[in-house]
Amino acid sequence: MATSTIDLTLPYKTRVKDALGNKHLKIALERSTGRMAGQRVAAMNAVDGPRLRNQVRQMKEYVLRNLPDLLEQLETNITANGGRVHWAKEAVDVQRIVVEIARKANVQKVVKAKSMATEEVHLNQALQAAGMKVVETDLGEYIIQLAGEPPSHIVAPVIHRRVEEISDIFQRELDMPPTLDPQVICSVARGALRKEFLSADMGISGCNFAIAETGTCCIVTNEGNGRMTSTLPRVYVVVMGIEKLVPTVEDAFLQYQALSRSATGQQCSVYLSMTSGPRKPGDADGPEEFHVVLLDNGRVDMLAKGYGEALCCIRCGACLNVCPVYREIGGHAYGSTYSGPIGAVISPNIHLEVTDVDKLPYASSLCGACRDACPVKIDLPRMLVELRRDVVEAGDTTVFDRAGMQAFSRMMQSRASYEAAGGLGSLGSNLLAGLSGGVIKSLPGPLAAWTSSRDFPPLAKRSFRAQWRERMKGRKVIGEEQNA
Amino acid sequence: MAQKKQFDTPPRRVALFVTCMVDMIYPEVGMATVELLERQGVEVVFPAEQTCCGQPAFNAGFWEEARPLARRFVDIFEPLVRNKQVDAVVAPSGSCTTMTSHFYKLLLEDDPAYRARAEFLGAATFELTEFLVDVLGVETVGAHFNGVLTYHACCHLKRELGIDRQPRTLLSHVEGAEVVEMNAADECCGFGGLFALKNSDISTAMGQRKTQNIAKSDADVVTLCDVSCMTHINGLLSRQGQRTRAVHIAQVLANQVDVAPRPQPVQETKPPTPPRRWQDGKA
Repeated sequence: MATSTIDLTLPYKTRVKDALGNKHLKIALERSTGRMAGQRVAAMNAVDGPRLRNQVRQMKEYVLRNLPDLLEQLETNITANGGRVHWAKEAVDVQRIVVEIARKANVQKVVKAKSMATEEVHLNQALQAAGMKVVETDLGEYIIQLAGEPPSHIVAPVIHRRVEEISDIFQRELDMPPTLDPQVICSVARGALRKEFLSADMGISGCNFAIAETGTCCIVTNEGNGRMTSTLPRVYVVVMGIEKLVPTVEDAFLQYQALSRSATGQQCSVYLSMTSGPRKPGDADGPEEFHVVLLDNGRVDMLAKGYGEALCCIRCGACLNVCPVYREIGGHAYGSTYSGPIGAVISPNIHLEVTDVDKLPYASSLCGACRDACPVKIDLPRMLVELRRDVVEAGDTTVFDRAGMQAFSRMMQSRASYEAAGGLGSLGSNLLAGLSGGVIKSLPGPLAAWTSSRDFPPLAKRSFRAQWRERMKGRKVIGEEQNA
Repeated sequence: MAQKKQFDTPPRRVALFVTCMVDMIYPEVGMATVELLERQGVEVVFPAEQTCCGQPAFNAGFWEEARPLARRFVDIFEPLVRNKQVDAVVAPSGSCTTMTSHFYKLLLEDDPAYRARAEFLGAATFELTEFLVDVLGVETVGAHFNGVLTYHACCHLKRELGIDRQPRTLLSHVEGAEVVEMNAADECCGFGGLFALKNSDISTAMGQRKTQNIAKSDADVVTLCDVSCMTHINGLLSRQGQRTRAVHIAQVLANQVDVAPRPQPVQETKPPTPPRRWQDGKA
């Protein structure tokens, strides 16, 4: 297996610089994000999009308000169906629980369907450390596993690679003859994966939603690998974040609608696999053991800290595809399992080790495109400024920033100092601009970050207020008397 | 979204929230705004105590530093509306209007008295094109422009305030102008306040995407409703040596903008031929 050239533990600045300097990444992102965003718009416009969004949002809010009851209802029903429910407070608990299940069942090989929750808790590494072979079976996940890379998109894990590079990986790792034909590449993967499915002892998947009233775990896929993961091996384990819950079967299909349309622009996915329990006597197939691991890993704290709205997220990735920042830097620059605007909100909140996690809320121009695209209408820009506030209140800003902002605030609190600063600024900036043809080409200190790529205009020689004063000379001015 | 103030009779007098950037860098935008309002018979007053609404500090997470500026802004403008000295507050900026009418509620959450005043003020605060089209019911302001215009939809204006139709309506009535739609007109220009400094490289990459789309539209002028985005777009266009410039919509509507003649394609001229006598290196 190849070692990855992608290192998520590098400092934020380096990660961003690497991403912006990667021409292939730019092409790959350009190809996919635009297409996915366009497909989502078309699919949402084909139905009453606003109504669908309202309904899903209301349902998810209901779930969050009734989380304890619904989780217990889910547990009761799964147990009644013959499955087992495990409660994992932290990442290490998931690792311990799943390794234990695997050891007890004498598992040698594990096949996995795509799951961000297991990425989040580094489950693959834990199973491998315990001596088991782990094979990702979602095509995208399979490719990045061969390349030794982490996923860079919530639903399209290999979005950072062009087909040319994917072909290289397959030629190197699977002895595929050179080709760019997706059909051929897929059939090579299918051939390799089929053998893994038939010899696996355990299947692990995430969960797109679990239905509390029936105890049913649902996974949404387009490749059928989820179905084989959940039915072929002896043991099937689902790892789900506690927010991936819906009260009723009807609600499940509501979320399914919103997810399919927002994630890939489909009316519905090719497969929807539902598992309520282990194989019953007389069943043709199905696992002998069925386990569901409920994962917290900071989600409950998120509710308490006022960022609970982000738990409405159904992981469709729509906010990534429309985010102008994500589209420039891709997922790995975020340094976290979860990237894009939703990643910038989740990562500082749940228990993830992310280098420079404090920088993520600032990786946004607050343009709001994410909120417009979100099928659950999560107010991501608002949460990003609130997270910035938290960073400042925790004292995690540079002394320079703090001093600068304090000076700015003081200056703006007095008309006299504001006007004086304006006068000085006008003199200085016009002097600078005079040296370089009317615009400022170079500024000192932190402002150099602006002029490294952009010109700046000089301040006006006579401010609006100066011109206004002249215009109003001798006339009574409202608003002046209070400070006369 | 909060309910905007409704007017039984047309507003006669407004307070101008000129914004600090217009005041100090682009006074001509302020003057154009005044002219547009006065042309509609609306009297404009300018509360001279106003400075900055505090948005740079708020966006950067420095809420402690932003709060005194928010309270100060409320203290300056709210009594004017409450005492009916003015009917509304008008600003030539989607972003600063958003700050004062939307984000003050969040910023002043733990200060019920000021928050209530801010909400009252916010309902009577309008962005310029919103005020012209929705409140005054004006679509034609007597503007002429001899050239090609395109429109950039600023993020706060479009996504926080929901204002898009109003500026586009006003532009469509500019006499002589050809209005073209650029690709991805509502995609962020990459400014984002301190984002442009803190994430300068990403901001620049986003801006370059925008300027490429502007260049492809082949417009003479990009109009928009925020001078902050205008500064960013112009900073890039100017550095790239492009012909097109971004201008505030008020400047176009108040006939402040002239288009420089388009550069003519360079005529292919034949190089002068030397007399045959000396060709081929003959002496």
